[in-house]
Amino acid sequence: MAGLNNNMTSLTPPRWLLAELTYACPLQCPYCSNPVDYANYKTELSTDDWKRVLTQARQMGAVQLGFSGGEPLTRQDLPELVQHAKALGYYSNLITSGYGMTEAKIIELKAAGLDHIQVSIQASNQQLNDHIAGTESFVHKKQVAHWVKQHGYPMVLCVVLHRDNIGQMQDILAMAEELGADYLELANTQYYGWAHLNRDLLLPTKAQFEQAEAIAQAYKEKVAGKMKIYYVVPDFYEDRPKACMNGWGSTFLTIAPDGTALPCHSARQLPGLDCPNVNDYSIAEIWNDSKAFNFFRGDDWMKEPCRSCDEKAKDFGGCRCQAYLLTGDLYATDPVCSKSSQRGVIQQAIEGAQRNIESAAEKPLIFRNNKNSKTLSNPV
Amino acid sequence: MSINPEQTIKFSPTHRLQWEEAQQKFVILYPEGLVELNQTSAEILKCCDGTLALAQIIATLEEKFATRGLTDDITAFLEVALHNGWIEQ
Ligand code: SF4
Ligand code: SF4
Repeated sequence: MAGLNNNMTSLTPPRWLLAELTYACPLQCPYCSNPVDYANYKTELSTDDWKRVLTQARQMGAVQLGFSGGEPLTRQDLPELVQHAKALGYYSNLITSGYGMTEAKIIELKAAGLDHIQVSIQASNQQLNDHIAGTESFVHKKQVAHWVKQHGYPMVLCVVLHRDNIGQMQDILAMAEELGADYLELANTQYYGWAHLNRDLLLPTKAQFEQAEAIAQAYKEKVAGKMKIYYVVPDFYEDRPKACMNGWGSTFLTIAPDGTALPCHSARQLPGLDCPNVNDYSIAEIWNDSKAFNFFRGDDWMKEPCRSCDEKAKDFGGCRCQAYLLTGDLYATDPVCSKSSQRGVIQQAIEGAQRNIESAAEKPLIFRNNKNSKTLSNPV
Repeated sequence: MSINPEQTIKFSPTHRLQWEEAQQKFVILYPEGLVELNQTSAEILKCCDGTLALAQIIATLEEKFATRGLTDDITAFLEVALHNGWIEQ
């Protein structure tokens, strides 16, 4: 394969494999991280393809495995894949909306060797949850959370935070404790994919964000030893970007439903990467030699101010997808960084969201579904 | 939270300690989490089998590596392990 980068310092093996089994999902969250044009990718890998991918990635060193999507429960072969993963020695995580989960399935997956289930809930009350999910699902999600605990899995509850639910922080924390969550992931929306489209409606104000964070941090101490709280910050209100994927092509490997291998789950939107497909290459060829996985390895690709910055080993210049989405240049410094000359675009985003709050005619959320995906990706 | 020297120490049942052939090291696995261990840390955790208390773990390791004076290092590591939920008493 082309694109071998010779000045790479050291190649580390993949340790996390994210298996996006399908783009099918009965929910319609307006911040979904799937590509906006997901409806254009209709093919899905077969059971045997997935087994081959799991085997090859495990041989290279992958050990954490996430089954996600879309909604992975829509794949009938999930228990078979879990069993295969178990035999290979993976630690397997199921990342689900809970929709379509039954108690029988939870028992079946446990027997197959599933290690953990992460259930996402959209809000702390039924009305907002069902509105954001675009589907009636709140009552069932809570039921699923109970089953997860009852059948001896560690339970991670995940709540994606945005302007409509961030004010519920106190109630969200109480709900997580009541459900017996072992871990609570409070993930501020990251503005790619669908969330980028809906940013004016989703981005919280700085005051909302600070208040919510203070409540969450205080709670963290209260439940120390019982429930672990992971708080993912919204980097628009930070002055340094997040460390992109722990270093591009250093740790994470995502396989999309059609077999496209991605250095990050959003990388599909970056132009010119020529992401390889597992139908054409082995995982070793993809990880070691492909153009896409070598694209931002090391720091030779960097521009100023990152190139001569003494923090570049810490954040790798930030998120490539964010740099591209907001500046149009995939090599640019992530504009979240206060050293970026384009920090102004972040300020504009914050002001755009503020204007939308104040305007009488708030525009509506664009929900993630096939119809919207087709319209948005094939404009007439 | 700190180690009670009177009680035995066991590795957490909700975590997994596993040898990784590809990386030639032990790792701790838990929901969406992975900690890569150096050899010393792995040796200490392998002693946390629920039958030994702190002093016995230190004695076992000092004997195994034919050395003395590991008390402070082992205790400090086990405090961290307890705090992170990798072990329990
Ligand atoms: S200039 Fe680049 S490397 Fe330096 S802190 Fe900002 S994003 Fe990171
Ligand atoms: S730039 Fe990095 S962190 Fe951001 S979406 Fe892409 S791979 Fe992920």
